[in-house]
Amino acid sequence: MSYCKQEGKDRIIFVTKEDHETPSNAELIADDPEDPYEERGLILPSGEINWNCPCLGGMASGPCGSQFKEAFSCFHYSKEEVKGSECIEQFRGMQECMQRYPDLYPQDEDKENSSQAESSSAADDNSALLPENDPTTETSEVSGDKMSSTVKQTAS
Amino acid sequence: MLTCRTVWKKLTPLARASSAVCRQNVRRTGLNNARTPLCVPVAHMSTGPAGGGGDNLKYALLVGAAFVGGLTYAVVTLKGDQQRHQERLAEISSRRQKSAAKQAATPLQTEPPAAEAAQTEAHLEPKPEVPAAEVAEAAAPSETTEQSPASKPASPKLPSHAPYLLIGGGTASFAAARSIRARDPGAKVLIVTDEPDLPYMRPPLSKELWFSDDPSVTETLRFKQWNGKERSIYFQPPSFYIDPEDLNSAENGGVAVLASRKVVHMDVRGNKVKLDDDTEISYDKCLIATGGVPRNLQVIERAGEEVMKRTTLFRKIEDFKALDNVSRNKQSITIIGGGFLGSELACALGRRSTESGLEVIQMFPEKGNMGKVLPEYLSNWTTEKVKKEGVKVLTEALVKSVSYKDDKLEIKLKDGRLVKTDHIVAAVGLEPNVDLAKSAGLEVDSDFGGYRVNAELQARSNIWVAGDAACFYDIRLGRRRVEHHDHAVVSGRLAGENMTGASKPYWHQSMFWSDLGPDVGYEAIGIVDSSLPTVGVFAKATAKDTPKAATEESGTGIRSESETEDTASSAVASSTPSPAVQHKDEYGKGVIFYLRDKVVVGIILWNVFNRMPIARKIIKDGEEHADLNEVAKLFNIHED
Repeated sequence: MSYCKQEGKDRIIFVTKEDHETPSNAELIADDPEDPYEERGLILPSGEINWNCPCLGGMASGPCGSQFKEAFSCFHYSKEEVKGSECIEQFRGMQECMQRYPDLYPQDEDKENSSQAESSSAADDNSALLPENDPTTETSEVSGDKMSSTVKQTAS
Repeated sequence: MLTCRTVWKKLTPLARASSAVCRQNVRRTGLNNARTPLCVPVAHMSTGPAGGGGDNLKYALLVGAAFVGGLTYAVVTLKGDQQRHQERLAEISSRRQKSAAKQAATPLQTEPPAAEAAQTEAHLEPKPEVPAAEVAEAAAPSETTEQSPASKPASPKLPSHAPYLLIGGGTASFAAARSIRARDPGAKVLIVTDEPDLPYMRPPLSKELWFSDDPSVTETLRFKQWNGKERSIYFQPPSFYIDPEDLNSAENGGVAVLASRKVVHMDVRGNKVKLDDDTEISYDKCLIATGGVPRNLQVIERAGEEVMKRTTLFRKIEDFKALDNVSRNKQSITIIGGGFLGSELACALGRRSTESGLEVIQMFPEKGNMGKVLPEYLSNWTTEKVKKEGVKVLTEALVKSVSYKDDKLEIKLKDGRLVKTDHIVAAVGLEPNVDLAKSAGLEVDSDFGGYRVNAELQARSNIWVAGDAACFYDIRLGRRRVEHHDHAVVSGRLAGENMTGASKPYWHQSMFWSDLGPDVGYEAIGIVDSSLPTVGVFAKATAKDTPKAATEESGTGIRSESETEDTASSAVASSTPSPAVQHKDEYGKGVIFYLRDKVVVGIILWNVFNRMPIARKIIKDGEEHADLNEVAKLFNIHED
């Protein structure tokens, strides 16, 4: 059983695991989905890209940020049947920039990955590409996004 | 075991160090490490309808795939802490790959950009991209074409104008630069710092670097992360930055660092600053992130040169190097101060004392370590743990005088105690650097110190302040000034957002963490001030745990409980069978709530990790809770 003691203004409670097994009745305020100050992830509710999303790991702010943004925007807003198929130029620009900063943008170590990613990305079934054990999958708002899944699985 | 426990802490401090995602981190790292094997099944899965696109598409995807390594986390759309965590993760990941890519990267961090460029080219060669042979060719010339015009127009001269001028080269400044660059494409950012170094993170200077196995750590300034991989304390290698001379001509903008220069005068009306060499730089928008300077004790300042020569005020890389040197060559070091820095350094040096016979003394006016933060019972308990680290702790010690006699420093305390030592580290707080307040006509807060800014960190319409030097209005907790790394990240980032038009108030609470020896590790958020009433809820040692508690003397009890990922104790329990006596109170794991007007304004997670989002939510709600034990349940303090 738990026990309490008071030391001056400080209260101390010791609890056993059993004491804490019953569900908490503490009430938390439901989060406001419209909260303008909260971070909204990579894709904002408006559909725009949040370039300051920490999830980008500095991609958008580094020396190739502009090229990255162009390529990523192109892909994100792509309406082509094969999403991103019109973005080759932008991706090439980004690639060229990144090659100038190998220590900032490590290239894929082995070609294996690239070609695998390529073939797997070409597959239409995106869901198959999502690594099952990727913890981000459940919460990802753009998991249907082909580029994302490519990125995701190649990364893992 | 140790690694497990420290895992999340070694994460890149630039990201908000939310422990929230530690577990995830571990899992993801697992994924990263398992890169190749993991790709195999993926490839299998993809063998199906592979012919979806034409060659063009394939190329696009291939290019995409190549860049993917760096973009690992682009997809992540998790919210709040998880995002932040991702940033941290991304940093780690890139760091990881970097160090993997070149083992010889060690001196790289300190090399001038020129050498960096050479390296860059060298690396292009052995990495031919399959379809991009011609791309690689194109890349090399374009590099030269971009650089030569850049250096042409002006003689080696500093830019006379910077659209974004950031004063100070610490964490807040770097975080702001990141934020600005992300939100304003092509932004030209100039950082002016009086330190000789590129922006780096300070926490490792009193934390990880001391525990490095590498004898040359003072040169490499690299530390091992939780995954065993190393990283540098520098946020970015030199190649990330552009030369200040090239700032105005850089097509896509960039971040330039003007090092070893100090801004000495600020003309708010003319939107310009003057440097210590009389150079003037005008700005459109300016961030003041000047941090602070370590305070000293008056009795030391008055004690004369011999004492000052043997006193370290700890803040910068050079201080770390100097103290490391002292710790190897002197017999006795005394740390004055019982706060974060003093206690961390005491533990770090204490650890060293067990190997080298170094005497480590820590003294402070409070009754226990972290006495201004932790409630008294916990502070006392912590002091016992610090002592176990080999530190001689003198509590309630007020320094009366310091003198130099017979090649020793003599510290006389007000109660008559006398301490002889070789070297003093004064860790008695930070004085926010508000040197520019006068010339700029900016307000300094009379209570907290620092530049007084509004909730958007704004001092004037085009001047913001972030980090240690900012006394800001927290719309949840009121006026504050915070001296922590994560706050520098959070506030720097926010300032950067607002400098690019976000108009956001200080909203996301920063956190901090500290580690004092193997038994004490904690994270905190909000206002944690020991003068506030607190409610601490701790995991009571169960019958199963009791033997561990009994091993307290060896210091292993709590350690195994908190450091092991899964079931903690069987080994310990069986190896030390001891009667299940009700031991004296053990504050192994728990959560401490700090109350102001019955509302929780601060939370410490005591040897409980990965729960920061819950704590942040409770602070954000700002509700009065009838029973904090019920709130404590949300933290699952009995779980790992």
